[in-house]
Amino acid sequence: MPHAPETNAHLDALLLRAADGDRKAFADVYDALARPVMGLACRILRDAGQAEEVTQDVMIEVWRTAGRFRPDLGTAKAWVLTLAHRRAVDRVRSVQASRDREVRAGMLSADRDFDQVAETVENSDERRRVHHCLKALERLQRVPLVLAYYQGMTYVEVAHALSTPEGTVKSRMRKGLDRLRACMEAGS
Amino acid sequence: MTAREDPHLDAAAYVLHALPPAEEAAFENHLAGCATCRRDVTAHERTAARLAAAEDAPVPGELRARVLERVSRTPQEHRPPARPRGRSLRRSGLRLALAASVAAAAVLGAVAVREHQEAEEARSQAAQAREEARTAGGAFAYVLTAPDATVYTGELSDGTRAAVVVSRERATAAFTARDLPTLPSDKVYELWYAGKAGDLRPAGLLEGTGGRETRVLDSPLGDAVAVGITVEPSGGSAQPTTEPLGVIPIGA
Repeated sequence: MPHAPETNAHLDALLLRAADGDRKAFADVYDALARPVMGLACRILRDAGQAEEVTQDVMIEVWRTAGRFRPDLGTAKAWVLTLAHRRAVDRVRSVQASRDREVRAGMLSADRDFDQVAETVENSDERRRVHHCLKALERLQRVPLVLAYYQGMTYVEVAHALSTPEGTVKSRMRKGLDRLRACMEAGS
Repeated sequence: MTAREDPHLDAAAYVLHALPPAEEAAFENHLAGCATCRRDVTAHERTAARLAAAEDAPVPGELRARVLERVSRTPQEHRPPARPRGRSLRRSGLRLALAASVAAAAVLGAVAVREHQEAEEARSQAAQAREEARTAGGAFAYVLTAPDATVYTGELSDGTRAAVVVSRERATAAFTARDLPTLPSDKVYELWYAGKAGDLRPAGLLEGTGGRETRVLDSPLGDAVAVGITVEPSGGSAQPTTEPLGVIPIGA
């Protein structure tokens, strides 16, 4: 199966063609993004079988709703991966009672998630940069970000798990993302 | 002031999919009218997508064939046409609810309408609505005529406009929508209260007979922050079994 590196502009054009019903273009979008979609779903769900179901659902939804993609608002890659994150988070919330996640949560598991990210992301420059930038965050900002993004917790759950006021958690998420962006832009 | 009250601060949590459903719906409503928030969301999405793009896992080969086979028989959604505001307003069917709340507001309470324009149009209908509210029947009128009656409007996924009228003082709420699609006879619409943590409680059923559907929601209203609607098997479900057609935030 081809995994040629697709430039963002090329992927945008492919997704726009898929939106017009071009199934060949859709297959190319699939080939370019199935691995990160599956990787993200595995990370969040910790279950390859469920991650595969989510990947399938996401890809079919990409096909079905491709007409909603707006190239002026972001890249095709970001659009598909945002959808994938949404579906993986929905799934993890439906399979685990929120209590379970809160019990599993807390600082330790956030650090473990972070270490696991570090393990798998070291094999390319882009991935090294993501890891470097996550690591460069203050822990106070990193932990809420990791619990939300990689475990699918709401800010209310994160606040409860960390015994931190809800408003503080939201603002740390915001600062965390801002700093992550600054760090990533500095390196690219 | 709690964190939930300033939607400008929600963009990051929204992009991380970390807002509970009711707040997410509220933020999306806000987003429609806030260019700053849309810029924040776009920027944060780009950052989050880079986290996702760093993920990588092997995909079983047969998945590709399965997806492409499903795609070959899955119709694509048509781009939603731009909806001129005035036109959708005239069709919205919310005049009664909106106008009734304006009528109530004129007496005492506050009114929360999403678009000023709707309030203006509704105002002209106030006299008629007052009359209709009087004849609409006991329980519904009891909500509509509450001094603190507040109407919250939203759009369901199919474009149907819906409204929830809430009186915290009378601990009661009513749901109204016009032109809800007719359902097969073995299905009903089910309404839900959403709690702050995203928990859902049944709030009553609506016959899927189409046309205007109005009902007073089952008690207790409790601390619900939103009302959602799903399609369920007739008799209803204890928890939603389908994606919500819409979630209308009702403050808290």
